[in-house]
Amino acid sequence: MQTSLVTRAISLWKKLFGDPLRAFGVVSALLLALLAVAPAKHHFSEWRHYQKGYLRLIQGRGDAVTLRRHFQGGIQQIWHPELGVTDRCSSCHLGLKEASLTDVSLQPYRKHPVIPHPPEQFGCVMCHRGQGAATTVTEAHSSTLAWEQPILSARYIESGCGQCHRAGVEGTPQLNEGRALLARYGCVQCHTIKLPEGATMRSAQDAPSLVHIADKTTREWIFAWLKDPQAYAASATMPNFKLKDEDVRDISAFLIANSTPLQGDNAPPISQKIAHPAAGTSLYGESFCASCHAVQNAAANLVGGNVGPELTRIGNKAKPEWLRVWLRNPRIYDPKTEMPHYRFTDRQVASLESFLLAKADSDFLANVHLDAATPEQITHGKSLVMEYGCASCHEIAGIRKPENFAPELTRIGSKSTSQLIFLKGMQHTLPDYIAGKIRQPRAFAPGLKMPQYSFTPTQIDALTTALLAQNDFAQAMPPSLAVTAPPGSHYRPAGKAGQIMNDLACFSCHAINGRGGDMAPDLTWEGSSVQRKWLEDFFRNPATLRPALIRRMPKFNLSNEDIATLADYIMTVYQTPEFDRDSMPEAGYSVAQVEQGRQLFYSKYACQSCHIVDVKADKGYIGPTLTAVGSRLNAAWVYQWLKNPQALRPGNIEPNRNMSDEEAMSLTAFLMAQKGSGKKESKK
Amino acid sequence: MIRKRFSPALNILCLALSLAGTGCTRKTMVAAPSASAFGSTIIESSGGKQIGATGAMLPQPWVVQLNDDQGAAVAGAQVSFGASAGVSFDPASGVTDSSGQLSTSVTLGGMAGRYQLVASAVSKTQKKIELKTEEIALDYQSRLGRLLDDRYCSRCHDPESTPERVSNYDNLKVKPHAFTEGDTLNKMSDADLAAIIGHGGPALNKSPLMPPYGYSLSKTEIQALIAYIRIISDPPYQAPGMVYAQK
Repeated sequence: MQTSLVTRAISLWKKLFGDPLRAFGVVSALLLALLAVAPAKHHFSEWRHYQKGYLRLIQGRGDAVTLRRHFQGGIQQIWHPELGVTDRCSSCHLGLKEASLTDVSLQPYRKHPVIPHPPEQFGCVMCHRGQGAATTVTEAHSSTLAWEQPILSARYIESGCGQCHRAGVEGTPQLNEGRALLARYGCVQCHTIKLPEGATMRSAQDAPSLVHIADKTTREWIFAWLKDPQAYAASATMPNFKLKDEDVRDISAFLIANSTPLQGDNAPPISQKIAHPAAGTSLYGESFCASCHAVQNAAANLVGGNVGPELTRIGNKAKPEWLRVWLRNPRIYDPKTEMPHYRFTDRQVASLESFLLAKADSDFLANVHLDAATPEQITHGKSLVMEYGCASCHEIAGIRKPENFAPELTRIGSKSTSQLIFLKGMQHTLPDYIAGKIRQPRAFAPGLKMPQYSFTPTQIDALTTALLAQNDFAQAMPPSLAVTAPPGSHYRPAGKAGQIMNDLACFSCHAINGRGGDMAPDLTWEGSSVQRKWLEDFFRNPATLRPALIRRMPKFNLSNEDIATLADYIMTVYQTPEFDRDSMPEAGYSVAQVEQGRQLFYSKYACQSCHIVDVKADKGYIGPTLTAVGSRLNAAWVYQWLKNPQALRPGNIEPNRNMSDEEAMSLTAFLMAQKGSGKKESKK
Repeated sequence: MIRKRFSPALNILCLALSLAGTGCTRKTMVAAPSASAFGSTIIESSGGKQIGATGAMLPQPWVVQLNDDQGAAVAGAQVSFGASAGVSFDPASGVTDSSGQLSTSVTLGGMAGRYQLVASAVSKTQKKIELKTEEIALDYQSRLGRLLDDRYCSRCHDPESTPERVSNYDNLKVKPHAFTEGDTLNKMSDADLAAIIGHGGPALNKSPLMPPYGYSLSKTEIQALIAYIRIISDPPYQAPGMVYAQK
């Protein structure tokens, strides 16, 4: 058998190579065949198949000539050695730059949507992930043994922007929301997220201190809250730790036992005779409490702001003696609170107190019956508080904030999938893992501590996007490419006025010198803008300037002395260096000038579309009412504002009209002539 | 477009992996839950006509309700969702709950534009019943346009006025066009729209109540606004070059 094989092989050898000429012929044929392998591979490569398909696609189109002129055959490459970009995606994705291919939905020929950076600037992989140098569909898009990063789903595409743009950019709402959620829901209290500049991501707010918690609320409320924070307030920030009843009993026992009384944070009842529940309702409205606090209405919709806690069931939570002091001056219990010190009278405090305490759900604590705590329960409670890292967010006497309590997430967006444990039935990709962890953290293994949040699917997508942006590339970014956030401002007004402003929590709504909220106008240059008399009157009685606004400045019952101090400070310190506020007179403009201003106001510039000067005729509800603008604003400010509103308040929506000096002067004359009638214009 | 050359080998690999307990990413067929009830019409409860982003989940789920001839909700009936390519539903089909409703999260495709969604069910007589709605996906540029519209334009161009968001529409003598008014706006070229946004109403002999934004907005921002106006317009906008390009 073997011998026959050998003989046959020998005879074949002789047949092919027996004769030198024949041998030469056979070897040449073999060589040619071998040489043909490379061109054949080239000819049958995937990208050539797609390039032929593209040519077929454009053939019948009206713009075929232009498209064919743009077409370049062969492997195309975007190469940026300094960024590590070698992307050959455009070898198949041939229509990326063709503006006229808007109607083509077939991949890989689709036109790339308009984005601020053209694809050749940073390549494709920087945002889309995948393997740029690959020239086959599978290798470029999927994860292979040698390449872990598959193409990133379009739903997380904004994470690419976040690698360079450390601060929010306008065009990436999802990324911005994700980052805001990381800060707002205290994710970064347990998980460290380092920013490439060396800073760490900070939480937006500190959770309430629990040092004096027993003064504020009862053990029963703490029990119910810990069992399910969202049952008390649907908008609660605190997640659900899914604790057992015994554990909640012990934690509440510890927190109450550990709480120390604070001097002066509770007060005896004010005579109920002076309290008036109806007055409480209107005072809640007049004080614009709803600008910051939300309450659920009859239709179960939340109405109000989210700066302060939801008040739907505040009567179940707050102890009356504590609430009284809090309403009188919240800074006694919490010196850092964002709530203003309203300077309410006793009568007002009593009315608000009875109004707020009535906001209770009689069933809420009905099933909570706790026996007196035993020392063992308290000790066990303390160990649970340490185990769950409660002190990461809350200040608790005797327990230090734990360091590195949860895994660091600085480079989570580059985590290798081989290091991850996936749930059954889950897609084995990093985004799916991150989203799954946020959705159901406890499902991944028994005994995990991360609590259950009640995020919506959209919020989970936003958080995943923000976390995917925290990757190796972002950390190794050349500094020239990074767009960093402007440094946060720590501006604090000085002196007596500074104390009053802190007491009134002006910065909760107004921004000054880069610090503060965006609910109300920026006051950085308020001293250049308004007249002193108006400012004092406004403090005394904050009449609204914008008829359409729901959120308005509350009345603070300020003393004349405080008003004078504030007005002095604002008029001297908050001055723009751009112009001299005394450079233009408040009155004394000629009748002709005023008349020309009126013409410009009503005809050429049609200012009445947004502003009201004549209450009977004008109906503009967008900008502030100008009926008494001559008694409110400084003339030089009005003039400069007309010339360029955004130069004085960046981001203001009043369009810049590019008007001439003369026109601006006439309009200033007309506006400064609007002194108001002296009495209230509307009694609505 | 991904070639499936080694699918038998892949299947064996999957089998081996799942036997080893690692799990596998391949989709397995799930038996559809059997439905016992039938309705005659599908109505929309919420989530139609939303504006979302390309490739992203819509902000609100699409909730449909199955009713019988008397208009009463039908629980326990099978409803399935479908749409043009690129749209995905979670779940893609299901059984209506006790109030006759079924909710699904919708993720739109990668192309900016309109997507038609269809919810379908079978009536007692095996007739197919359907409900259609449209959702709009915005790409980067039109989304930027939407942000600008929200900040500047909608304060007058939005006919709906709410306490949270007051619109000046009713107060203006000359009514602005809502951006969805395709009948009017589709007749205007991009250049016309850019002129009216940049130079104000008088640039095209229109009302001076429309101020010029050319000194406040950049060219890119004006282009973004136009892209947004085009994409939400109803009836849909057809770019003039398109007919020619498609021949």
